[in-house]
Parts: sequence; C-alpha cells; structure tokens
Amino acid sequence: MSTKIDETITFECETGNYHTFCPISCVSWLYQKIEDSFFLVVGTKTCGYFLQNALGVMIFAEPRYAMAELEEGDISAHLNDYEELKTLCIRIRKDRDPSVIIWIGTCTTEIIKMDLEGMAPKLEYEIGVPILVARANGLDYAFTQGEDTVLAVMAHRCPEQEFPIGESKETKTKTKLFPFPLLKEKKLVEYANHPPLVIFGSLPSNLVSQLDTELRRQFIKVSGWLPAQRYADLPSLGDGVYVCGVNPFLSRTATTLIRRKKCELIVAPFPIGPDGTRAWIERICPVFGIEAQSLEEREERIWESLKDYLDLVRGKSVFFMGDNLLEISLARFLIRCGMIVYEIGIPYMDKRYQAAELALLKDTCIRMCIPIPRIVEKPDNSNQIRRMRELQPDLAITGMAHANPLGARGIGTKWSVEFTFAQIHGFANARDVLELVTRPLRRNENLDNLDRTTLVRNNNEFYTSTPTPR
Amino acid sequence: MKLAHWMYAGPAHIGTLRVASSFKNVHAIMHAPLGDDYFNVMRSMLERERNFTPATASIVDRHVLARGSRKRVVDNILRKDKEESPDLIILTPTCTSSILQEDLKNFVDRASIISDCNVIFADVDHYQVNEIQAADRTLEQVVRYYLDKSHTLDQFVTDAPSVNIIGILTLGFHNRHDCRELRRLLKDLDIRINQIIPEGGSVEDPKNLPKARFNLIPYREVGLMTAMYLNKEFGMPYVSTTPMGAVDMAECIRQIKKSLDILAAPILSSKRVDYESYIDGQTRFVSQAAWFSRSIDCQNFTGKETVVFGDATHAASITKILAREMGIRVSCTGTYCKHDAEWFKEQIKDFCDEMIITDDHAEVGDIIARVEPSAIFGTQMERHIGKRLEIPCGVISAPAHIQNFSLGYRPFLGYEGTNQIADLVYNSFALGMEDHLLEIFCGHDTKEIMTKSLSTDISPIWDPESRQELGKIPRFVRDEVKINTEKFARQKGLLNVTVEVMHAAKEALS
Repeated sequence: MSTKIDETITFECETGNYHTFCPISCVSWLYQKIEDSFFLVVGTKTCGYFLQNALGVMIFAEPRYAMAELEEGDISAHLNDYEELKTLCIRIRKDRDPSVIIWIGTCTTEIIKMDLEGMAPKLEYEIGVPILVARANGLDYAFTQGEDTVLAVMAHRCPEQEFPIGESKETKTKTKLFPFPLLKEKKLVEYANHPPLVIFGSLPSNLVSQLDTELRRQFIKVSGWLPAQRYADLPSLGDGVYVCGVNPFLSRTATTLIRRKKCELIVAPFPIGPDGTRAWIERICPVFGIEAQSLEEREERIWESLKDYLDLVRGKSVFFMGDNLLEISLARFLIRCGMIVYEIGIPYMDKRYQAAELALLKDTCIRMCIPIPRIVEKPDNSNQIRRMRELQPDLAITGMAHANPLGARGIGTKWSVEFTFAQIHGFANARDVLELVTRPLRRNENLDNLDRTTLVRNNNEFYTSTPTPR
Repeated sequence: MKLAHWMYAGPAHIGTLRVASSFKNVHAIMHAPLGDDYFNVMRSMLERERNFTPATASIVDRHVLARGSRKRVVDNILRKDKEESPDLIILTPTCTSSILQEDLKNFVDRASIISDCNVIFADVDHYQVNEIQAADRTLEQVVRYYLDKSHTLDQFVTDAPSVNIIGILTLGFHNRHDCRELRRLLKDLDIRINQIIPEGGSVEDPKNLPKARFNLIPYREVGLMTAMYLNKEFGMPYVSTTPMGAVDMAECIRQIKKSLDILAAPILSSKRVDYESYIDGQTRFVSQAAWFSRSIDCQNFTGKETVVFGDATHAASITKILAREMGIRVSCTGTYCKHDAEWFKEQIKDFCDEMIITDDHAEVGDIIARVEPSAIFGTQMERHIGKRLEIPCGVISAPAHIQNFSLGYRPFLGYEGTNQIADLVYNSFALGMEDHLLEIFCGHDTKEIMTKSLSTDISPIWDPESRQELGKIPRFVRDEVKINTEKFARQKGLLNVTVEVMHAAKEALS
C-alpha cells in the first residue's frame, strides 16, 4: 500500500466558482439502491425545486423520498423542530413502513444549526424506526459526496463482526445439525479461506454481482456490500475486516471505516475501465495471499473487443471541467485508450484515498508517453472556459449548465452526470464508458460537413466511412 | 415543516434570475451554497441556450460562514463587472443564504462605488413569495431603479399609437411564440412597439418606457406590478386582459382602443384602423377556431367533461375558451396562484362547476380521479396524473416539460393562438372514429403477446440465480439481455444459463 505520488503530478487550486449539482442529489440513486429506505430531505423550497427540476425525479409516482420543507416558522424557531419532524416521520411510517428513515441535512439545517443528530435517536426510540442523519450539504460537499455522507453514517449502523477470523463457528454448528452438506456450504468450498472483505460504494445490483463474480474467479468471497440492497442486510464490520471502495468520492466513508470500525482499507485504483478493474483486483488479491490469475489475458481480451471504439478516440483530446469526482479514474482510462487529457478539473481531491488511482494515472501517462495532465481542484469555470478557448479540445466533459453553450462554440460535449448514472464499473462496462465518450465524436463525424457557418448539408450523402459501432 | 413531493412554482430566486437573464447584458450573482445554481441548467437545457447563462454563484462555504461573505461577494461582483462589462448586476440570495441575514444591500452599495456597472440587490422575501411573485417584484424593481435614476421630466408620449409589452420572460410558457404573435397583432393595429421587457430588452430602455401611450400585460403573473407602478407615477394606462381566445382577443383589442383614447395628446397616425371590423374579420376568417368549433368534427365534444389547472392566466383563459368558445363542460378548474385567488374566482365563476385553489398536486390528483374527465388541461403534473389515470392531458401552463419548449411556432395568444389551442384541445381527446372503434373493440391491443421470440430453437434453461439476476436488469432492456444471453449460450452450446454465462455474454456481445 505504499503509494508515493511522484512530484510530477501537480495539483492546482482555483476559486471554486464552478457549477455542480447539490450533494442532496445522491438521494435519487440511493433510494433506488436501498429498497426498504425512506429519504427525508430537510431543506427549503430551493432544495425541493432542485430535486424536481435538475434531476426530474420527484414526478415519479410516490417515490420513497420527500422533502421536509422548512417554512418561515421553522427558520425563525417559532415551531418545535422535534414535534414537526415527528409528525412527518409518523406519517412516513404509516404510509410507507420503511426499515430506515434517512434524514438528509442541507445547507439550511446547517445554518440554522438544527440539531438533527440530537433529535434522531430520541425519535428513533419513540417511533421504532431507525433514523440516520447525513449532512449532505453544499457548504461542505460537492455532488457525489452526498453518497459519501450517507454511507459514512450507515457504516456506524453495521453490526460488529462477531467471530474471530479464521474459525467460523457458524459452519461448524451447522454441519452438526445437518448430516448432508448444504448447497450453500458446497459453494463455500470454492472460496479460499480468507478474512472477510466488504466492498463500499453504491452500485446497481447487476454491477454488484458482476464484481462479485470477478472476485470469485480469484476465489475471493465478498462478505457484504455497503450499502446493501436492503437496510437489514448491512455487512458486519470490525477489527480484521478488509474494506475496499469502488467509487473515488468515498473518502469520508473510508475514514469512518478505518477509524471507527477498525477495518483495514485496501487502497486500490477504482474498477473503472479494464485497466482499473484489473488493478483493483490485483490490489485485493495479495492482501489475502492469493495470486491473481489470468487477469492480463482478460484485460487484453477486453481491449481487443473495444478496438472499434479505440480507433475513434485515439489522439482525440478531452477536457474535464470537474463535477462528480470520477474525473481521475475516467481520465486515466481515457488516456490508456489513447486520448489526450488537457485538464482534470475535480471538485475535491483526497490524495490519500485516491493515492493508488493517482499512481496508476501516472503510470498510464508514462506508458502512453504523454505528460501528466494538470489537476485542478475547486476549478473556476470562467477560467476553464478561457483555457478551453485556447486549447480547443475535441471533447469537454462538463456539467449540464455548460453543455449547450460549449457546443455552440464548436466543442463536443458530454454531460458528466451521465457517468454518474451510467454503469461504468467492471470489465464489461468499459464499453459503455466509450459508448458515452464517443457519442459526440461520432455524431460530429456524422454531421461533419455541417460546420457552424453552413449548418446544413447540401446533398444527402451519407458518410459510411465513419465506423459506427453497435 | 410540511411534507412536499413536488411544487408548481419555484423558489423566489428563480423568479429574480429569470428576469435578470431575460434582459440583455445583465448579470445575476447568486449568493448561494454549491449546487444552488441549477437555474443555469434549467435555462440552458430548456431554452436550448447557445450562450452561457449570465448568472454566477458566489459560493457560500464553511469558510465564508466563518468569516462573513462580504469580501467574496464584492470581489465576485467586481470580477464580473470587469469580465463581462454588463450594464447591471443583480445580487440575489437563495432561500438558504437569506437566513444568514447578511447585509447584502450594504455589499451592493460597496461594490457599486467601484464598479463601472450598476449594481442592485433584489429585494425579495424568500420565505413569503414564490418564483412568480418574485419575478413580478424584481421586474418592477429594475424599472423603478432606472426611472428613479433618469430623473428626466421631459417625458413625452409618442405621436403615433405606441405600446410597451411587459412580462415576456425566459423560461416562460410559450412566451417567445406569444411575443411574436403580439408583434403581429400590434402591427396590424398600426401600433408601434416602444419597448418589450424584460426578454431581449436592455436595462437602459426602462428610461424610455413612459414614452409609450399604454402598457400591455399579456400575463398577469409577471408585469402587473410594473404596470401599476407606471400607471401611478406616469399616468400610463394598461391593458391586462390576456389576448387568449377569440372573445378575450376582442375584449383586449377594444381595451387597447380605449387606452389609446385616454390620453389628451392627439394621435397623429397615417392610417386609421377600424378596430371592430378588424376583430370581425380575424375572428371569422383568420382564426379557424370559431368555425372549427361549430364543424362536425367537434360534435363529439358533446357531453365531454374536462378539468383545467394551471397558473391564473392560463387556467382562466382556457376555462373560458373551453366553456364559451368550444362548448365543452369544465367540471373543475383551478390554479396554484394562491396569491391571485380573488381575481381567478371572479373570472371563472360562470364557466365551471367547481373550482380549486391549491398548490398541492395530490389534491388536484384526487379531484381528477373523482371527476374522471375525458381530458385534462393542465401543467406537466396534471399530464403525469393523467398518465397514471389513463386520461389524456393537454399542457396549457407552466410548469412544463421540455416538449413545451418547442422549436416550432406555437403561440397561445393572438388569433393564431386560437388555432393552436383548438388543435390542442381537439387532439387531446380520443375522438371521432378512433373513439367509436375503441368502444366497439373494447380498448386498444387486447390480445396478449404469446411469445416475443421467432425462433423455434430449444431455449437454454435459466437457473434460479440467473433468473433472479435477469430480474435486476431494468425492464426496458431486459428482453434484449435475455435474447442476447440465450443467443450466446446457444452459440457456445450451453444448455443452462448461469450468472457467469450472463456476464460472459455481456462481455462478448455488447
């Protein structure tokens, strides 16, 4: 785990006047992930209108989340917060009967210093539903870090690892009870005997099973995921449990797992792109004394299957404006694909948690013989736009507010949020990343003789020379 | 505290920003935490703007909370002043930062000493008013600011008939199309357009507002305050009858005539327009709506009921059109503009069975479910409710989805607007032969699809885990995944599909 960052990686920090989504947006994917949860965002009309508009989610019939909208009486402390929240939570319990209610604190609750953490245990006791409090506010966090705040509090609720590592009482007692080997136990044989491994990061369940399968191929058993599909299935944590993250924005969760739950963190690059996925597995294996098998061929095969896309992106340039903290991993993968990255804007950079990813970025740059791109923390969008005007990248990966204007200035754009919502983890999904990345490039080639002065095509010749995968 | 799932009107700062970004060369600065600047996304995406939205957030973070935000706000104002050289910078907080109770007005005063441009603080109570009211208020504030500043007493009215159109806004419901239609109308009436604000207008223009003979307020949500102010200060008459539907068109045109006659200054115009014959000609021949309502197509409206919901202007106008121009019964009509309830009630009292004034979409949904109308005319929320209840819905008011920011010309106002509305109403019902056929055959496709696969091969068997895995895949791609996986299994000569086979198939085939 010794990952010293070479001095050649330089970090800059700008003004922080950049556009990104509010961290409460994590609700939109977490409520789908944790099926028996209810998310209550305690905030103002501004928060509610954001969820409704920018993410366009609230409109779906009766979602498992809602706003506790703070009104004037709440702000001026004329009303009793506890009683108000109690009324709402009792109603939620009645209507939805969730296994857990997660209060999402916002900037407003921070500013009026509403003591959500103080109220939650009392109310939890009173109404009999677990209540967690996550402070996903824009004062401290950016976009995807909302998930980080939720997972960090959820980690506290994970049960303690009960049995000392090595001897599992459970199986022993069970074999006594059942003379025939159970199907489940037969499966256990497939795995090497190793300490428990818990993976953290919210991924759709089919991705979870894909990564589980990858590790099973190396005889590694994943004993649980944080978050699990159901709140009741939270993994056991404790001394001797190894944890590894799949998302680059979970540094707070990682810290909580190390410090509070005494887990061992495996610092690995993130399983994005075949290179990242391979490196991720290769980092996990030796921790359990396992030698990773046939990963090189596997990675090769994936690269082989991506060939049609690689031809499209090779030599093309890309500029990350910075939005969802996936930037380093995506940039590393795209560099490996042969692209040139001009700048990696990123809202926040935890150099320790991302150490392995940064090291891989450096190695990738050396391997591809290109200079390491500048990494700009807390970027300034106006400055970036000015730099882009100079650099004229083929592609800008940007927040939604800037896509149309940049497009009108002749720069291909892709929304960064798409990478947040698309399935980009694991070997097989590298293709989906490239599908997203190449879409504006392919589209531009389809319309390539429509420059900005002519805007339409004279004849209707179709350019079949463009390889159009899929 | 109240439990909220959805809201019809946005928070106050959205209204302020809509006014600010409608004007030419005005920059808005939001004093807001990270992520509160999503107005930029809305405007850029819905209006498909090619330019960067002239609104920047001056970020409130922990650091600022601890040390006060004056320096940052002032610096940001001065920076934008230098970079963009706008005519005006409007500073606004959001719900969140307004609680900080910082003296933003003082920041503005400070900045305006140094800056080249004018700087104002949008004076809006973020917990008292919503987006619509804030937009109305901010527009009035800007106009008042410039008129107070100009101090010109030599305001004269134009010789020729002239008008200001007030209240055309970015992100407004079909506002751009309506504006074009109004221009056409006023040209026909030989009335010169003095100013259109705020959309596309310059902030230096408000100085010249009093030159027009009257003001036209197409939507009462935004612009009425400005008109009242101009009426009080400069004695300018205004017309606030929305020119929507043939009857109100006529009413609006007659009021325009009256407004032009009020001022003592004689009208010096080359040609005289006969307003009555214009109304008659347009209503009977240019607009097809009146004739269409009487044509055989529309016989099917007989006995149909509708529910209407929207902002005060659109809900009232559409209710009146349905009831008195198209002969359709309006069982219930309502608005979320609670602040304008009195006017709304007055307007529609003779045109509907019951009315509802609420900003709770669940209440509206309940009424629709109870009434079971043949069609709904409402906002995107009613469209959504209609989808769940399988009732067609025509969208007639904000808040609207991107479909209602059409590239094509779709005015709701003016005589062309009457045609568009007639189309919308007609197409919203399942009518004519389709209706009959549905009745005869009991609904749309009733036959269950037996099999989606055309091949007669023996399908590989899915084991329980893989079946479960398949269930996790979103429904809209599930069939594709199933087919691809089976194809892969067949190619490999596998008889069973396991989770591993699924993953391998994804890798190989995707």
